[in-house]
Amino acid sequence: MISISMLSLILGIALLVTGIFAMLTRKNLIKIVIGFSIADTGTHIIIVSLGYLKGRTAPIIDSAVSAANAVQKVVDPIPSALVLTAIVIGLAVTAVMLSFVVEMYKKNKSLSIDDYQELKW
Amino acid sequence: MIKYLAVIVSVVGLGMIFLPIVTGFHEAEQLSPLAAQYVEGSINDLETQNVVTSVIVTYRGLDTLGEVTVLFLATVGVGLLLKDGVKNRLTMPFSEMLETTSSVLVAMIMVLGIYIFTHGHLTPGGGFQGGVVIASGFLLLLLTSSETKINHLTLHLVESLSGAAYVGIGVAGIVLTIGFLSPEVLPLGEFGRLLSAGAIPVIYSLIGLKVGSELTSILVTMGGE
Amino acid sequence: MIPVIVIVLGIVMLGAAFAAIYFKSLLASIISAGVISLFASVLYLILGSPDVAMTEATIGSGLTTVVFLFALYRVRKGNLDD
Repeated sequence: MISISMLSLILGIALLVTGIFAMLTRKNLIKIVIGFSIADTGTHIIIVSLGYLKGRTAPIIDSAVSAANAVQKVVDPIPSALVLTAIVIGLAVTAVMLSFVVEMYKKNKSLSIDDYQELKW
Repeated sequence: MIKYLAVIVSVVGLGMIFLPIVTGFHEAEQLSPLAAQYVEGSINDLETQNVVTSVIVTYRGLDTLGEVTVLFLATVGVGLLLKDGVKNRLTMPFSEMLETTSSVLVAMIMVLGIYIFTHGHLTPGGGFQGGVVIASGFLLLLLTSSETKINHLTLHLVESLSGAAYVGIGVAGIVLTIGFLSPEVLPLGEFGRLLSAGAIPVIYSLIGLKVGSELTSILVTMGGE
Repeated sequence: MIPVIVIVLGIVMLGAAFAAIYFKSLLASIISAGVISLFASVLYLILGSPDVAMTEATIGSGLTTVVFLFALYRVRKGNLDD
């Protein structure tokens, strides 16, 4: 039987690749930002799946995990901590990108990337 | 069409980069020594039930301070880009029932947010989640009533005071104990109590206020005045 | 049993990802992107990180969707439909 973390790892990579594919092929600026957000989710799933250990539970000491055997019972807390902050930063970065989209729309009245030729070579 | 082909090739190439990770992946049987150290240290040295919280606030505290700074810069960026608000805000059509229900619900959402960030060292949750819940409470106010005015001065005051207090606790750690952002500036208390784990709940509550006010500010700016 | 749940979640998430890319309507794309985050939070719960699951459920499917909708609303000048 294939393990949960392996499945999630493959899913995360698939989402990351899908997001980057969307960023490269879509013409609509908002769709490009959506692609970024999909790739972001994929990266988070990859990191969390690398910290999972089979049959273990969340790193919180309660009735299921006693303080004495915690090291044998819990999953890796470091990826969780990293991803938690990364999700919040992801929202802030998405908001900044969307502000740029709104500003660009105000200038050129178009959401299509083809209408922005200034930096094209 | 050649562009489309180039995209396909580069995406497949990107997939190939990840192939060694998948084929060489084997599930670990035990925690890495560093993670085991964090779990033991969280229980024995910091009296914190939620190990993720102790990693975020203490072991990687400087990292979190940096992340909060990035969030602040993003808020400033959004405010700078969208200075001129739109005239008519996105609101739901006026209805007596919607407005009454939302004004009751907002108070409950705020209490839930405060509960989440004050209990960050005991249960899942903490400053980031609690701050987001508080911001969604303000979002409900913004969406249901076009009369809602959110005071920018209060938001900025809460945001900057909690940020300054966060750094202040960190500097107090240098003066009083072993180093920057050490939670031992306050007594560690008894394992599993609300007032335990030293400065961790205080720092996480400050992060909650800071994240909540910053995200509310982003939503107010993007949603329009 | 749990691997089957993960596979179902994965199929739904990849389906929602492709829907978000290929839908004509931007509103539908934004909602599909929110669906990905919602199912990702269930996956995080299975992977033993309830903290991350809470964050993803509130931020990924809640606030990110709203921020996208606000941007779309500004671009469309107060009209979200196509």
